[in-house]
Amino acid sequence: MAFLHIKNVVIKGVSACVPATVQENTSLTNISAVDMQKLIKTTGVERRHIVNESTCTSDLCFKAAEKLIEELNWDKNDIDGLVFVSQTPDYILPATSCVLQNRLGLSTDCFTLDISLGCSGFIYGLSTIAGYMQSGMIKKAMLLTGDTSSITSSKDDKSTYPLFGDAGTATALEFIEGEEGLKFQLGTDGSGYQAIIINHGGYRNKFNETSIIANSISEGITRTNLHLVLDGMDVFSFGISKAPESVNALLARFEIDREQVDNFYFHQANLMMNERIRKKLQLPEEKVPFSLKNYGNTSSATIPLTMVTQSADSLRIGKNENIACGFGVGLSWGSVHFTTSNLIVPDLVYYV
Amino acid sequence: MNIETFVKEFAEQFDEIPDEPFTADTLFKENEEWSSMTALLVIAMIDQSYSVRLTGDDVRKSLTINDIYTIVVSKANA
Repeated sequence: MAFLHIKNVVIKGVSACVPATVQENTSLTNISAVDMQKLIKTTGVERRHIVNESTCTSDLCFKAAEKLIEELNWDKNDIDGLVFVSQTPDYILPATSCVLQNRLGLSTDCFTLDISLGCSGFIYGLSTIAGYMQSGMIKKAMLLTGDTSSITSSKDDKSTYPLFGDAGTATALEFIEGEEGLKFQLGTDGSGYQAIIINHGGYRNKFNETSIIANSISEGITRTNLHLVLDGMDVFSFGISKAPESVNALLARFEIDREQVDNFYFHQANLMMNERIRKKLQLPEEKVPFSLKNYGNTSSATIPLTMVTQSADSLRIGKNENIACGFGVGLSWGSVHFTTSNLIVPDLVYYV
Repeated sequence: MNIETFVKEFAEQFDEIPDEPFTADTLFKENEEWSSMTALLVIAMIDQSYSVRLTGDDVRKSLTINDIYTIVVSKANA
């Protein structure tokens, strides 16, 4: 099992940016009111912030990063690393992290890297950036995560569109000698690669004239081959078994006392799945914040977005012991344990 | 593990009690209440009671409660 303990690296700040436009799920006219009530009850998603067609994930991350750097009072010249985790990049190439390095005004001595992951992306991003920093030669670095899944989902697909919202986040990390650092458990099961997939537009199935034909799959599900496909049942059964397993493995491997953990942040997939995971781990409700209701599933942004919107007040003051767990597209999953001290958490940023 | 208990647990995932009680041979997808949400409840019940991971394909290829039960048995013994 892939475990990591990366010492001397600390999370100093977390910020998030969402589009100002809110879409109420009850306002979606192509799903009947009865079905929508059921859907809201099961998924827990009542509304989502969604981008317009011209806004990219990098735009949201840029705003979140600017705000965080400002509140941290960091000199941009001191930031030596930038990792961008997303499945909605600006271009097929170049990497969006390169574009962001210049846009943010970071030094050309900065390493940059794009990672293509979704639900588990925040955890993998943290492990990557912290791994780079471990030697102590890079003192400050930024992790940007997010997606604009409202664009990748078909508006006529009730199995995806009402679930996903858009968000971009920024997390600031610093090398500080003597700190306990971050502990990880990471895993992959590629046999489930089709459970969450966009079939066309890559190089296995190149874009062609059939890519944009709308296919009626079943009642309430019409999409093209460029749209996101989600096998809800597969993902559900994967999530309720793998997420608790991953957290339990992390707790056991590093002998972490679960009672001492203040916050458990889970990827926000759907309420029924997340509640099942919480109950399997026997965690009290007050230790497991949810942001699904107002933001939906925002892919790799869910964990930092939940930190910012649900527990900023407690994270800003004093020490907090945290566990975060992401699971989904890949299929890929990971859990992390980290302690924060007077975390810098700017108020949620709105992208207009 | 026995089919009687399984049928009972399966039926508990439905809100309404059907006119004809569920049996091993019930074509559960023909029940009016059956939806993708009910499917998730069934998957959760099987995870909890039998520690078996039922896939979307398992549900799609099954017609009767017994079909599901057979899959659970074979996975539990794997």
